[in-house]
Formats: sequence, C-alpha cells, structure tokens
Amino acid sequence: MRVKVLCRNPDEYLRETKRDIFKVPRNYSPELHPLEGPREYTRALNAIKLERVFAKPFVGNLDGHREGVTCFGKHPERLSLVSSGSYDGEVCFWDLPSQTCVRRFQAHSGFVRGLTFVPDGNGLLSVGDDKTVKTWNTDSLFDSNEEPIETRISKTVLTGITHHQKKDIFATCGEACLLWEETRNSPIQVYEWGVDTLLDVTFNAVETDLLLSCASDRSIIIYDVRDCGPVKKFVMSLRTNKLCWNPMEATVFTCANEDYNLYTFDVRNLRSAVQVHKNHVSAVTCVDYAPTGREFVSGSFDKSIRIFEIDKANSRDIYHTKRMQHVTSVAWSLDNKYVLSGSDEMNVRVWKARASEKLGALRPREKNALNYSAALREKYASHPQIKRIARHRQVPKHIQHAKKELSVIRTKLVRKEINRRKHAKPGAEEPYVPERKKSVIDVQQ
Amino acid sequence: MQEENNCIRPPRRFKRSKVNVIEKAKREVEELAKVVCDNGESLPYGHLKWARAKQEERVPVAKEKLARHNRGEGLSEAVTNTKLLTKEKEIEYAIEQAARTEILLTEDAGFLEVDEGESSTQVTQKQIANSVDILSASKHFQLFLEEFGPYRINYTRNGRYLLLGGRKGHIAAFDWITKKPLCEINVMEELFDVQWLHNELMFAVAQKRWVYIYDNQGVELHCLKTLHNVLRMDFLPYHFLLACSSANSFLSWLDVSLGKMVAQFPIRQGRLNIMAQNPYNACLCLGHAQGTVTMWSPNMKEPLVKMLCHNRPLQALAVNRNGMYMATSAVDRSVRIWDLRQLNGPLQDYRMAGIASNLSFSDRSLLAVGMGNIVEVYRDCCATTADHAYLRHKVNRSIADMQFCPYEDILGVGSGSGFTSMIVPGAGEPNFDALESNPYQTKRQRQEAEVKALLEKIQPELITLDPYAIGEVNVPTLKEKMAAKHALMLGKPPEIDFTPRRNKRKGSVRAAKAKKIVKERVKKDYIEAVKAISSEKKDNDQSNQEKPYSVLDRFLPKKKK
Repeated sequence: MRVKVLCRNPDEYLRETKRDIFKVPRNYSPELHPLEGPREYTRALNAIKLERVFAKPFVGNLDGHREGVTCFGKHPERLSLVSSGSYDGEVCFWDLPSQTCVRRFQAHSGFVRGLTFVPDGNGLLSVGDDKTVKTWNTDSLFDSNEEPIETRISKTVLTGITHHQKKDIFATCGEACLLWEETRNSPIQVYEWGVDTLLDVTFNAVETDLLLSCASDRSIIIYDVRDCGPVKKFVMSLRTNKLCWNPMEATVFTCANEDYNLYTFDVRNLRSAVQVHKNHVSAVTCVDYAPTGREFVSGSFDKSIRIFEIDKANSRDIYHTKRMQHVTSVAWSLDNKYVLSGSDEMNVRVWKARASEKLGALRPREKNALNYSAALREKYASHPQIKRIARHRQVPKHIQHAKKELSVIRTKLVRKEINRRKHAKPGAEEPYVPERKKSVIDVQQ
Repeated sequence: MQEENNCIRPPRRFKRSKVNVIEKAKREVEELAKVVCDNGESLPYGHLKWARAKQEERVPVAKEKLARHNRGEGLSEAVTNTKLLTKEKEIEYAIEQAARTEILLTEDAGFLEVDEGESSTQVTQKQIANSVDILSASKHFQLFLEEFGPYRINYTRNGRYLLLGGRKGHIAAFDWITKKPLCEINVMEELFDVQWLHNELMFAVAQKRWVYIYDNQGVELHCLKTLHNVLRMDFLPYHFLLACSSANSFLSWLDVSLGKMVAQFPIRQGRLNIMAQNPYNACLCLGHAQGTVTMWSPNMKEPLVKMLCHNRPLQALAVNRNGMYMATSAVDRSVRIWDLRQLNGPLQDYRMAGIASNLSFSDRSLLAVGMGNIVEVYRDCCATTADHAYLRHKVNRSIADMQFCPYEDILGVGSGSGFTSMIVPGAGEPNFDALESNPYQTKRQRQEAEVKALLEKIQPELITLDPYAIGEVNVPTLKEKMAAKHALMLGKPPEIDFTPRRNKRKGSVRAAKAKKIVKERVKKDYIEAVKAISSEKKDNDQSNQEKPYSVLDRFLPKKKK
C-alpha cells in the first residue's frame, strides 16, 4: 500500500524573520477564484469611484501679473520654463516647479498679443499693440537688463506670431499675414486675401511650411510659405478665435469658434469637419494640443476649460474654480502632464492633464495596481452605473443653467427643421445637412 | 594598485560579458543554421532569422492545462474587426500565461494506492495513519463527546479552525491542527447549526429560537431576532451574506457587514433542513420533501430553478466546488449526481446500502456519503460511474454532519458520539492561493485580507445563475422582442390626455371636434402599426407554407396577378 497525504512544511509558507516580506503562494486556477465576473465588476466600480475621489486637478496658481493674461509661450527644451504676456504689456517668466515668477519686464505698451520661443530656445519673440516685434534674450534669466535684443517695427497692427519649426523665419498676423526673416528688419513676404484683420496665425509642426490663420470675416486661410502664399480659404458661419495644428497628424487642425463649439478639420476635406466638439456654453477663446496629438484643451468665455479627445464630440473633463474668470489662453505642457490656463483676472493656473493622476514617482506595486484598475475601468466602461459615475461632473450653476437653455434652443431648432420638412411640398424639402457640414459655408481655392 | 583594479573592474567586466553574449548568440544562430541546412550550403539571411525565431519559441502549453484556464469560447472566425481580434489575442495570451504558472505550483495531491487484488475500501484509518508521517497521522483523531451530541461541525474557509456545536448547546472552537482551543461554552438551549463568518473571529449559532453571533472567545455579540427557528445556515464569503433556512419555511439572507436583512421570504415548502450553497454562483440550493431541489437568489421570490430529483423525500444535498455537479440523496437509498451547468441529468444514479443522510464534496470532487454510522467516500463518481467506495469508515453513533476540510486531506465527521477527523488521501486542494484564503496567515495578513474582502464585497443583486452574465452584451432576447410585439397586437390604442391649454373653449363644439380628430388620428396610427405587423406575419406564413396543389383547389378564388 502506498499512501501520500497532503502535508505542508510550514517553513515554506511562513516568512523566516519578522523583517522578511510575507510569502504569498499563488494558484491561478479559476476554480479557486469563483465569481470572477461580479468581483471584477465590483473592483471596476471601486476603481471608478476612487478615480473621482482623487480627481483634484488644480495644482497651483501663478500670480504676479497686474492685468489679465493674454498669451503663453512654451519653451521648446525646458519643461519648467513658461512665459506669459498680459494686457498691460508685461511679460513674465515662470519657474513651474517652484511656482514663482523668475523674471518680468515691460515688453510693449498696450496688450502683448503673442509670444513664441525660437525653436532652439535662445530667444523669445513678442508682438504687441504697439506694432512692434521684439526679440528677448532667454539666457540671462536674472539679468536686470530689460532691453530687447532686437525691435522690428511693423506698419500695421499685429495680433499674433508663430515661428517656423526649422527655418529662421516667423510669421505675424494683423491686417495681413507677414513673413519675417530673423536677420532682416522688414517682412520678406506679405500675404493678403481680401480681409481686414487676421486674429491668429500658426505654423504646422510636421509639414513645417504650412501656415494657418483665421480672420475676423469668419474665414480660415491656409498658406504655403514655399509657394506664392495663400492656398485655400474657407468661411465658417461664425468667427474663429484661435487655431492649433495637431502636432502628430500633419493634416489635422482644430479651431476654437465663436459659436461655442470647436471644430477639427482635415486639410484635405474642408467641406466637412472631422468632428464637432460641443459642451462649452459660451464662445471658445483658445485651444492647444497635447504633444501626443490625441487630446486638446480649450478655454472659453464661460469661465471653464475643457479637455477633449480628438475623436469625441463631448469633453473628457471640465476644470473650473470659483475665482477663474473668462479664460483667454491655454497651453498643454510638453511632457503631457500639465495644462496651463490664463484668465482675465490676472492669474495663471496650473492643472493636471489627467485629473486623478498621482504625481511623482510610483512604486512598482502602485503602478501595477493603477494599471489594473485602468484596465478594469476600460473593460466595464459601458456598464450604466460605471458610465454614469465616470461621466458625472459638478459644474458651476451658471454653466448648468446655460447648458439647459442651450439644450432647449437646440431641440427647438431640430424640431423646427423637422416640422419644416414635414410641411414642405413633396419633392421640395430642404436637404438634410449633417452637423459637421453645417458650419462650413464656402471653400475657395 | 589594488584600489585601481577595483575601480576599473566593473565596467570592463560588463563590456566583456556583453560582447560575449552577442558573440555567443551569433555562434548559436550559425550552428542552428547548419543544423537546418545540413548540406553545408550557406543560407540566405531570411533563413537565419527564421532559425533564430524558432530557437526563441517557447515550449507550448499542454492543451488540458489551457482548457483548465479557459473562460469560454473565443470569437467566431467570421469576426474581422481588428480591435476585437487584438483583444482576443490578449485574452489568449493571458490564458497561456496563467496556464504556464502551473509549473510553479509546489505541492502534489495526495493518493492511496493498494496492491493488486486488494481494495482501498478495506483500508482502515489506523492503517493509513500508521503509514504516513507523524504530522499527518496526528490529523486523524477522535473527540468523544457523548453527552451533548449529535454534533454539527464547520471549518473556516482556510481550513485552519474548527467549530463544533452539540445539539444540547455545547459549542467548541479550536485550531484543529495544533489542538489549541479558542473557546468552549454551553448556550444552555437547543442548538441546530453552527457557522463561521468570514474569518475565525466570529461565528453564528442557530439556537432554539434565534440566531446568535459570538466572537471566538465565546462572548455573545449579537442576538438576531429577525432570524428565528433557523435550522441550517451557510455563509456566502464574497457577498458577506449569512443565509438561513428555517423551520417555518423562511429563507433569509443577512448582510453581516451591515447587519441588514437583504431578503427574507417564505418558500412554502415545509421545514427547510436541507440547504447547500453553490460556490460557483452563490445561489442557495434547498432540498424538499417532495423530492425537488430549488435554487434561490435574494433577488427573486420565485425559485431560479426547480428540479425534480427524486420521487421520494430528499435527505441530503451537496454541490461541488466548481458548481459542475450536485449530489442528492433520497429516502429510497438512491444517490444521484446532476449536471448543474446544463441543468440536466441524472448523470449517475447510485443505489446505496442505506439511506444517505449526509453528503459532502471535497475540493477535488470526492464525495463523502454518510449512512447511519458509516462514512463512505467515493472517487471519480460524477462523470464516470464508481463501482466501489474509495474509503469506508465506521463511527460509534449516527452521523449528524460531515465536511471536508479545505486544503487538507481530511474529512470531519460530527456524530452522536462526538467528532472524528478522517484522513482521505487525495481529497484536498494541494496548492492554495494566499490572496484568496491562506491557512498560514498571520494576524496582520488576516486584517488586511478582511479590509480587501470588504472593499470587494459583491452586491447581492449580482447573485444570478450565470455569474459571467455581467460580462456579456445585453441583447434583448427574441422572447422579449416577441412579448413586446404581442403586447402591441393585443393592447388598446394609447390614451391621450386631452386637456386644452385655454379654458375659453371649454365645452365648445370646436374643442370637442378637435378632440375627436386627435383621438381618431391616434387610433388610426395604432391600427396601421398593428396591420403592418400582422401583414409581415402573414407574408412569413405564406412563404413558409407552400401547400401542394390538391384537386379541390380549383374551387378556390383565383389569385390576382
């Protein structure tokens, strides 16, 4: 007779000393882990609740400006350095880790309209209401010398500036789009297409010679700086305030429109938007892409900023505080972790790009746990309860009311259209225009 | 000089080893290429690459191992969605990895092999105890408690602690391996069942009138007067529910983490003294005097399943660990095995020597049958027919309760004469998962596990027959669709609330006219909808039933072309 009975040696299952870690033998057999589905669901529910609990996106407040903030300049190489300009013509340099202003100087008389760093990071270009383009030194941060290296005077008003990614040229906008070379004092090119004021101009980061600008006559114009200039122009139903190219996809850009929406377009087909991003309840004033090109942040006149995924119509998140007024400028940091917002009430705010993300280095176990809960959240995302918790946001009362009002207005429009179609003569019904095509009025070559 | 050497050594060693690795790999690939192409010709680059890939391929996992970890059928071949296919690949990879971890399991299951011509049925406990090591032999013991019996027993989930409850009020809790007592009390009244809660700190006792909860020192913590005349108790560890069935035919689920009654309703089937939990889906199985077994979840006042298992009153009931098999026994001395996933059977129908009054499944699906004062253990008796008992043991008086100890080769038998711990080689799961239940857990680990378990408490609403239902797509069944259609066909046109906006026209002819018009329009719409459905049905009928031409058809009206 041969007998073997289970007999475990406790030494193999107990830790040797009190300082040792516990031994955790695992057996992944499904029989030992019953009720897998309901348990995973419960974990997913906990994970999503914890995500909302930890969603504290506000990192800090940079105060120092004496007037409302108009624009940001992101340093191409140093993550900790950001510059911002304000209504009173002052430019501040911020050190983000310590949240302090490291340098400030009076750059222009009147508004600072645009800031951009030279791609190698050795200079800052600024334009202002005083019709000048000034180049500032960025090397000597604590230098008291507050004179610009160079001052170029334009004949017309300037409203925006952007620098070419590779060449030593930059473009400004105003009454016309001007192309400047760094070594020259006067513009090398003037592009005009029958408009009075251009509001914003921006160079593409991938197809570096493409230039995009929006005008006050509701049009958006695409230029090619290798070529004669303007290539395409299309008119939207309302004015566009700000433009931003997708840094990863050369053909895609997003515009912040006055009609409360953002539109993502593909240059190859301007007749219809790729996506219409709704949710803001007032004019959208600014937009900036994440360096991944998958998301962008937008600021609005409704005193909030929203984060959108490029292929989703509704925002992923909304950030707001009691004290934040009309948002005038936003920027997404180049490490894809933070979002900056500048607003009317003189403050620059730093937010986390993902509201519930834990900052700082993570331990491997912590990282694993977070990855696991992220996977669970994704797996059970479409369950009604989980969806509800994930989507729910507490928004200020004024936004809530405006949202309600807007929804009434929109349903009324839809209803009216249906009625009109219903009562039209057979065959004479007005054609159905999809939402994405509605806002584009005309495309000119 | 020495110091200099020390300074230089690490980088140099590192560099050399790196070079070595690369050279070694190159050599290996070349050798492999030679093997592949043994006629000595030089191979093109692609072949070298192939050879390398072949070398890196891992040993495939055995199919039965993969099947053990499989969670169901994969996608059908018709699916071409790239996203789904990628997901599928990930799932397959996860299954393979889980199956690979089996190599790390350290313990092997127990066994008993007898010489040819002998039967393991005749092997006595004494013989087994004599031929195993001294630690295992000490696990076979008897407690003679003849005064307060018969005894109900219960092991904790990790199999470390044992709770005994004598019919006449005697309760004892102890670590049965070290024989260290936790408490011993007498509640001084009749006692029907004992049950550990989620860990060894608390237990519930069904006494003469009410259910009481004691801590492991025997201090009474709660008296649950909402649970009265309880005969059997069971604990659902993942839901933190104490399930009780009572003499007046009530079934109740009590949430022990909140102290709240989750559900309590009458079963109306007489005394409920046969109850078992299905560990696979946390449903409760009740056995009745009509020979039926019903399954219950706290969400429905009707049984989820009602199956007629025997034509005689049921005696005992047990469900195995993976919820695949259920064993039932009746007073006609039969024991039947049922397939619980398919809900059919009986897979096996055994006729025993006596009435099986107690049944119990072990971790590895051994079935213990208690008949009078004899315990018989059967092996491989579910999918295949067992022709003789694996082990047999006799206790002094009739058996009141049996339970296999989790993760041990031990069967605990509570009887009129006390408690017997039997060795059953091959009964227990050899490899436990410490995050699930750990026999060697320390106080700290227990505390952490308790917090984790409470965080992951499953809501009672999720108790269903199919626990994987929550991961499936909610497609309305054909039946539901049909019911909706049917409701439309048989229902009345929807009533409309016709209250005029202005009271000025109240009672006027125009108002009445408008009302009539609207009502008629709604009715018309409704009739049209019904017509559309019925015509669709008719079309289907016509297309399905093409009758052959008969002689009398010439008198039918001619078809319009």
